[in-house]
Amino acid sequence: MEILARTVHATRRYGPVTALDGVCLEVPAGQLLGLLGPNGAGKTTLLQLLAGLRRPTSGTVELFGGDPRMAARRRRLGCTVQETGLPPTLRVHEIVDFVGGHFANPVPTAQLLDQFALTGLEGRQSGGLSGGQKRRLAVAVAFVGRPDLVLLDEPTTGLDVEARHLLWGAVHHYHQGGGTVVLTSHYLQEVEALAERVVVIDQGRVRADGTIAEVRALVPARRVRLNAPDLPPLAGVESSSRVGDRYELWTTDSDALLRELVDSRVPFRDLEVARASLEEAFLALTSPSTQTLTPTPVEMAR
Amino acid sequence: MSTPTIFRLTSLHTRYQFTETIRVPIAVIGTTLFPSLSLLFFVVPQPFAQDPRQATAAAAQLAIFAVMTVCLFTYGVGVAEDRALPWDGYLRTLPVGPLPRLTGRLLTGLAFVVIGLVPLVLIAWLATAATLPISRLAMTAAALLAAGVPLFALGITIGYSLSTRAAMAVAQSLLMPLAFGGGLFVPPNMFPGWLDAISRCLPTRAGRDLVVTATAGTDVAGTSVLMLAGWTVLTGSLAVWAYRRDQGRRFR
Repeated sequence: MEILARTVHATRRYGPVTALDGVCLEVPAGQLLGLLGPNGAGKTTLLQLLAGLRRPTSGTVELFGGDPRMAARRRRLGCTVQETGLPPTLRVHEIVDFVGGHFANPVPTAQLLDQFALTGLEGRQSGGLSGGQKRRLAVAVAFVGRPDLVLLDEPTTGLDVEARHLLWGAVHHYHQGGGTVVLTSHYLQEVEALAERVVVIDQGRVRADGTIAEVRALVPARRVRLNAPDLPPLAGVESSSRVGDRYELWTTDSDALLRELVDSRVPFRDLEVARASLEEAFLALTSPSTQTLTPTPVEMAR
Repeated sequence: MSTPTIFRLTSLHTRYQFTETIRVPIAVIGTTLFPSLSLLFFVVPQPFAQDPRQATAAAAQLAIFAVMTVCLFTYGVGVAEDRALPWDGYLRTLPVGPLPRLTGRLLTGLAFVVIGLVPLVLIAWLATAATLPISRLAMTAAALLAAGVPLFALGITIGYSLSTRAAMAVAQSLLMPLAFGGGLFVPPNMFPGWLDAISRCLPTRAGRDLVVTATAGTDVAGTSVLMLAGWTVLTGSLAVWAYRRDQGRRFR
């Protein structure tokens, strides 16, 4: 399969701060990849390296087989404006026409505006748009050049539910048509619903890389809650917390833990067993307190 | 359709730059009208305005001032402002190299220089004794362009190496010394000896001598040409260095 973008041991430092630390990543054609990680983890720096905005301090970055800092390598790339940083005095159609003018076969402006529910706003200066309209326009321009790869940095931040649905619909549609997507988002449920592959980054390193099921398997994936006066030590518990009589236990095998509980004859009640969401799995991977539970996540990422 | 050529990209970026600049008319008026107003208030009422040689020199000096204002503010402060915006980072992800963007900027600046020169030339023509025979028009325009190159490079250096605030401060603190010292407001033959010696080392003085001699049709001093060439090489190298080291903002 064609690899559209690749980093090999990419490290990026800003003075004493290491934003990315030896990241190896390959983005094959047709994949929808979700980048997850807390703020400051290095997600944005990684996207900036892929888009040619920054050089790696060491290591290499490839986009369509070459250096992304060369303009010709970016002909099949689409990016969003990260913040709502559109030129305020330009009109909506001027911005779309201008960006589209860089590509061989741009999507007609009217069609693109229709897809992002911006029809009727062509003549409006972008500074006069609402926050949601600006955000949709900022994402829409990523698609105007019919790119093979789009990098979407927090595309839905600050949007209401309806606008988020619209954007995810557009991303989904693009992906169905064979497009490749690398995206970051705070809305983990949405990443969980759309992404085929998840890469978790923390402190500049890849902590986990795999399907959603694989990432979930890296952490205690089952949560058992129950009320009990006092619990004896249980072998299947990876971590636990207690508020009054209410226990929260994390385990990789809830069936075995339940058998153990029953055998111990503890008088428990209000039992709840739940599968961890990606969000919980992700928090477990990146929060310092629980990292001891998964001592070698970096190795598992390979 | 095919991949856009460098010409199509240059025209695209020129139109975009021009449109964006003209949408804030007050900024354009501010930088382009000041030289004309200076001519109107400080030259026209003076007795020497009726002396063809002195009036022509005064208009030529203010024309260089117009060029310098556009260079330091449109290029210097304007570039620094643009670099701080996320939109500039976005533009650098588009499949376009630095050449169309820089050329677009250059042509836009040139357009505003012309817009600023129109009222200046009209006032000089109608209200003073300044003269410029048609035969010297092309030579004068070329001299003005040559005088503008190091100032353009200086603006680009400021824009790509400094933050917006620092660029504004540096542009403002360079504008007046370069203008006075270069003899753009007071002709250098009125300078005391020590000031004249300093003046001869400035790019504005070399440019001023070049343009004034072009309007008068006299021979230009070789030292002026050398000085201008030296400044062009120096500021040009600095501009290339500043552009290359720029990676947007200095933080992530």
